[in-house]
Amino acid sequence: MIRLVPRTEASAFWQIATPVMAVAATMLAGGLLFAIMGYDPVSAIRTIFWDPLFGPAAGYSRPQLLVKAAPLILIASGLAVGFRAGIWNIGAEGQYIIGAITGAAVALAAYPASEMWIFPAMVIAGALGGWAWGMIPALLRNWFGASEILVSLMLVYVAQRIAAWMAFGPMKNPEGFGMPGSRNLQQYPAASNPELIAGTGAHWGVVAAVITVLAIWFLMSRHIRGFHIRAAGTAPRAARFAGVKPQTLVAFCLGLSGALAGMAGLFEVAGPAGQITDKVGVGYGFTAIIVAFLGRLHPVGILLAGLLLALTYIGGELAQLTLNLPAATVQVFQGMLLFFLLGFDLLTRYRITRRVTA
Amino acid sequence: MTDAAVFQARGIGKSYPGVRANDDVSFTVAPGEIHALLGENGAGKSTLVKMIYGLVRPDEGDMVLNGQPHQPADPRAARAAGVAMVFQHFSLFDALTVAENIALGMENPPPRRELSARIAQVSQDFGLPLNPARRVVTLSAGERQRVEIIRCLLQNPRLLIMDEPTSVLTPQEAELLFATLRKLAGHGTAILYISHKLEEIRTHCDRATILRHGRVVDSCDPREHSARTLAAMMVGGEMRPIDRSGRQAGEVLLQVKGLSLPAPTAEGTALKSVALTLRAGEILGIGGVAGNGQDELLAALSGETRSAPGSILLEGADMSRLGPEARRTAGLLAAPEDRLGHAAVPDFSLTDNTLLTAGARKQLVRKGLIDRSAARAFAEAVIRAFDVRTPGPGTAAKALSGGNLQKFVIGREVMQAPRVLVVNQPTWGVDAGAAAAVRQSLLDLAGQGAGVIVISQDLDEILELSDRFCALNEGRLSAPVPTDGLTLDQIGLMLGGAHGMEVAHL
Repeated sequence: MIRLVPRTEASAFWQIATPVMAVAATMLAGGLLFAIMGYDPVSAIRTIFWDPLFGPAAGYSRPQLLVKAAPLILIASGLAVGFRAGIWNIGAEGQYIIGAITGAAVALAAYPASEMWIFPAMVIAGALGGWAWGMIPALLRNWFGASEILVSLMLVYVAQRIAAWMAFGPMKNPEGFGMPGSRNLQQYPAASNPELIAGTGAHWGVVAAVITVLAIWFLMSRHIRGFHIRAAGTAPRAARFAGVKPQTLVAFCLGLSGALAGMAGLFEVAGPAGQITDKVGVGYGFTAIIVAFLGRLHPVGILLAGLLLALTYIGGELAQLTLNLPAATVQVFQGMLLFFLLGFDLLTRYRITRRVTA
Repeated sequence: MTDAAVFQARGIGKSYPGVRANDDVSFTVAPGEIHALLGENGAGKSTLVKMIYGLVRPDEGDMVLNGQPHQPADPRAARAAGVAMVFQHFSLFDALTVAENIALGMENPPPRRELSARIAQVSQDFGLPLNPARRVVTLSAGERQRVEIIRCLLQNPRLLIMDEPTSVLTPQEAELLFATLRKLAGHGTAILYISHKLEEIRTHCDRATILRHGRVVDSCDPREHSARTLAAMMVGGEMRPIDRSGRQAGEVLLQVKGLSLPAPTAEGTALKSVALTLRAGEILGIGGVAGNGQDELLAALSGETRSAPGSILLEGADMSRLGPEARRTAGLLAAPEDRLGHAAVPDFSLTDNTLLTAGARKQLVRKGLIDRSAARAFAEAVIRAFDVRTPGPGTAAKALSGGNLQKFVIGREVMQAPRVLVVNQPTWGVDAGAAAAVRQSLLDLAGQGAGVIVISQDLDEILELSDRFCALNEGRLSAPVPTDGLTLDQIGLMLGGAHGMEVAHL
């Protein structure tokens, strides 16, 4: 009989090994799935995980890696801080959308001015928008004890409706011949978020993501606030005894993750996406939850996990083009990844022993 | 019946990473003997019996059972050889009946009716009243233990191991248990009895093997020794008589007036105009049955809950609106009752656990930045000064035994040199040696001119430590009385409530 024996301390080895095993298992299970669907599993896996980086068309797809990874890493870094404290912001997607809207609003209001302050002001406005959207569940939890999980998630759908309203109404491009969607910020130099080094895909969002990873690492390992967050996540009463006010922590975590998600939304709308449409939200806010857990809620892990998940996006698109794999492939992959990760996670907290039953 | 030993251990040794659990342990259990294994928490008792029961294998030494070498590969082999064990925590299925539970634990259970008859027979023979058809969920702790004992007795064991059996029993149930054990011993079964309750060992055991730090330090007839000598053997030279000298009540340090707070939860207790005055060099004892506002009072003093302005003054400064951090900076420190999860973060290392309360006073945190080497040095200092047994400051708090973690928690506060320290149940669940160390440290702290409040259910502890005593009853604090000349009876009256307090005023 197989038995699970709790470990006294979480295994450091399995902490690192489980994400790797989850990726391997996802590839295996994915390959099996493709085989059942009648595709060549080896070439499908290669198309998704290898070709975007080293395949014949890698020149086009490689820059996309940073473009896709930056918002994921930016959002996941913020989410991880809250998750460490046991504060579950599931609505980063909504904060991302609102950040995109408030950031773009600054640009659209300033149009066609060309001052230097416009882009920085957009970044700040984007962060503030995401922060405000994150503060709604924070305040509702602090005042009424409402679950931040449900409230933040529901606000995603509200944000999506606001985005649609903006795209068809107040923000609609007056020179857009009646087409829905705002002005394209890529064509407005003072407000655009261009590729900084040609061929890398690196825009200001990538710079922000790297800075954020460093800052979050510093916060969590060197600063007393990070210590309090970690304490609150594992022993809330001890944290309160140390002097942590739970309400402050809720506001801090939801505000921080909201601001980072809002910033990610702004960088996206001013750069790769270019304009506010009803489809501003493309799921980065949800995928970032997987990134945060796959990265073990650790900044460096999130950096790697963000790159990996970005790869599945690009590889999935490539597989759609070249192998005619269905569009849902990416989501299936991401879902499996989270599933296997949570499954293998058991190994960090339990040992498996074999014992003859008495 | 032979005169040979039922069980013999010779030079048993067992090591775990960082700990020598057993070292050259030898002892002999004679037939019909109730043999006590006596030792503090962490002295190696559990490891030793786990080896006898086949749960753990010894690194060195050998064991003999009934003249045969005893090397059980697993508990089944140990049971087959004639060893039975009743654990401190029961392994019974609530939804099943007594007979079904017993059948589940047997290698070859006989048909149900025969089994019921045998259960009835054994329970009658040994004075263990138990109805085989009852569901376990309806049984009391004592009755559940009887199920476990009968399960053992049906195997006709030569050696019965009982791991702290009376910790879950009422005094009446304990008496019944000893009567049973005595009958069993009369039939020639040897009983290995694990406990740290000195009085019951003195009254009921024939021999005692005393373990300390994994070694046998003595073997004696416990009936010939006082509880005090046994305790001294158990803890070695660490058992110092409590030294209360050198203290003088000085200026007023802490003043609590009209402290009223609503109950924090449905199960909590409201505090009702609590008032007290604490002077420098003084220990104030607050007694009372748990659930009468102890946790709430500690939270109000530590700053976890705020109270009305002016209700808590430290050296004249209003603390009532300040949080725990600010109060610590001012010199008002506290150590809550619950070590794991309240006074310490179980998953964090001892080093990290110093940051929980000592950040400001020991300058482990400056401008929000953690000085980890300073934290580590402070953790090491606490470990040294309070004799915390642990491989090092990197060990997780939850890996420490209760007594050692308590020494660390108290040490962490005492070594910050507080002006006022409030502790709740400082020695709850702590073995005698650690308890004495903790109490002495509180006395020393008061001797250096700090004020100490000891909230405790242990009245002996309060009488031993405190200069004045108050009773906390349904969130009300009685007026203090000096402990000199106070008897347990008088205290009992005070704890009884309003009437008691009036009596105590006389």
